[in-house]
Amino acid sequence: MQDIMTYTSDMEIIESDIQDKVLSALESYDYTKYTKDDVLTALGKDICTIEDYKALLSEAASDMLEEMAVKAKQERMKHFGTNVYLFTPLYISNYCENYCVYCGFNCHNKIKRARLNLEEIEKEMQAIKAQGLEEILILTGESRRMSDVEYIAQAVKTARKYFKMIGLEVYPMNTKDYEYLQKSGADYITVFQETYNPEKYKELHLGGHKRIYPYRFNAQERALKGGMRGVAFAALLGLDDFRKDAFATGLHAYLLQKKYPHAEISFSCPRLRPIINNDKINPKDVHEKQLLQVILAYRIFMPYAGLTISTRERADFRDNVLALAATKISAGVSTGVGSHSDNSNDKGDDQFIISDDRNVIEVYNAIKAKGMQPVTNDYIYV
Amino acid sequence: MADFDKIIIGGKEFNSRFILGSGKYNVELIKAAIEHAGAEIITLALRRTNTNDKENITEFIPKNVTLLPNTSGARNAQEAVRIARLAKEAGCGNFVKIEIMKDSKYLLPDNYETVKATEILANEGFIVMPYMFPDLNTARDLYNAGAASVMPLAAPIGSNKGLCAKEFIQILIDEIDLPIIVDAGIGRPSQACEAMEMGASAVMTNTAIATAGNIVQMAGAFKKAIEAGREAYLAKLGRVKDKGASASSPLTGFILD
Repeated sequence: MQDIMTYTSDMEIIESDIQDKVLSALESYDYTKYTKDDVLTALGKDICTIEDYKALLSEAASDMLEEMAVKAKQERMKHFGTNVYLFTPLYISNYCENYCVYCGFNCHNKIKRARLNLEEIEKEMQAIKAQGLEEILILTGESRRMSDVEYIAQAVKTARKYFKMIGLEVYPMNTKDYEYLQKSGADYITVFQETYNPEKYKELHLGGHKRIYPYRFNAQERALKGGMRGVAFAALLGLDDFRKDAFATGLHAYLLQKKYPHAEISFSCPRLRPIINNDKINPKDVHEKQLLQVILAYRIFMPYAGLTISTRERADFRDNVLALAATKISAGVSTGVGSHSDNSNDKGDDQFIISDDRNVIEVYNAIKAKGMQPVTNDYIYV
Repeated sequence: MADFDKIIIGGKEFNSRFILGSGKYNVELIKAAIEHAGAEIITLALRRTNTNDKENITEFIPKNVTLLPNTSGARNAQEAVRIARLAKEAGCGNFVKIEIMKDSKYLLPDNYETVKATEILANEGFIVMPYMFPDLNTARDLYNAGAASVMPLAAPIGSNKGLCAKEFIQILIDEIDLPIIVDAGIGRPSQACEAMEMGASAVMTNTAIATAGNIVQMAGAFKKAIEAGREAYLAKLGRVKDKGASASSPLTGFILD
């Protein structure tokens, strides 16, 4: 089986020491050694250091969520006020060449596969636009063969007709590909590292490009080199030790922003959800309490970063987290392919099962009911 | 406040010296906040106006208020210029607040790029109000580039920390023949009052209002503080004795003629 640390010939290698720094810090991070005093010290500071961040993710901090929530809410208000940004994901293809044992899209899972053509993509976009949204996140399964860069670029160019802000969550690619997609109209890239623990990563990613750990790790940096304005980070919490994965995610983002100060950073906070044909996958290790601790720690460590709360979570949890830490919420979500314009006949199966299926108006009204301000666009493509 | 005490920016007169931000609180509070603030200028990010939102922020701003679109999101002069031109095309008027940040963490303004954008836009006829880090040399460059005012930060944006850059803002007030409008970092009415006592021409706040328990009431509190500070400046503050008292016997009493 392919060594996870060895690039294949088509993969661009960039000079970067960030992965080494993250892995070194990850190895030495012992979240059992921090005390409640360490957490209180961290919460009392204006600037949260890396050491403070470690304390916020510690076991000691898990009983101090109320104190953390107070601090997180203050930071959220300072940087974002009451604004809550709305978007929706659009899955245009679910073909995938990776074999990730936890994912519903993996190439060995017998699900309905689909790849929308441009006409179908435009129809989906029209249906989303009709709901009043101005930001879209275009997703594909990770198949360069079935959804090549040109296909994604055409989808982006079509999206430019309807949306102000376009993000992409697609397979990692080389700098020149990101540059082409940025010039086509996309400005934000999301890549989930899933787990930062190389040993666990090796066990979970058994085939495909995704198996190559450093190529995925450096995707955000290549995207920034390619001119993308913003990059998003995530570990899929529950795959491995969630405290360590959350720590690595934050540190990865922190170091990249330090190297590229203009980069707009954001986090997603997914945890495992049940998938089709694999009832062993459950979010049993990361409960809402643990998830909230991670979310609050992200907010306090990088108070200026965007933070998206997933439809994997139930509606009430999402709504409450928005007032404390999260800044962005998806609405009117379907993780299937082709289901925005024709919900009765999904062309492709869903990647995972969602918990919050409210439409845009329902989410909008729920945000208003919390005293927050829904915002459909705060971005200009220049 | 005396009728003659108007602030003139780009040839336009304003009675209020309180410029209000709009970007961090609920849109339905904007009108009441403006009224309680007595504000005649309100800033808004062009990127927020660029929307078909069912609650488009511009619809909540009274028509008699001067819009000051800002270029937030711009990372260099070129992007700021493009955003300013888009603002004009969108009907936001001739005023523009230049905001150029290359750092997404602290959101500190890039003075060099700001001077470049100011020169281009002033030459195109914009009334340019640049947000800047309080540096005398940059302020002079902005003056020479055609800025209509200079807007130095008092503290990091959103921090509510007050007049951290007080000494440097005072230098700008003393040396630059343009309205000096203290922007960013002011967290309390008392800090706004102090800035006005120093001789600042106006104060701009956003976060201080947005993070208050009662947004509309806080807008009113800032109004009073800014007016008080201005009155105090016009009245000329009494001198401050650092130590001790005046000698009761004059030290120069020995002089005969």
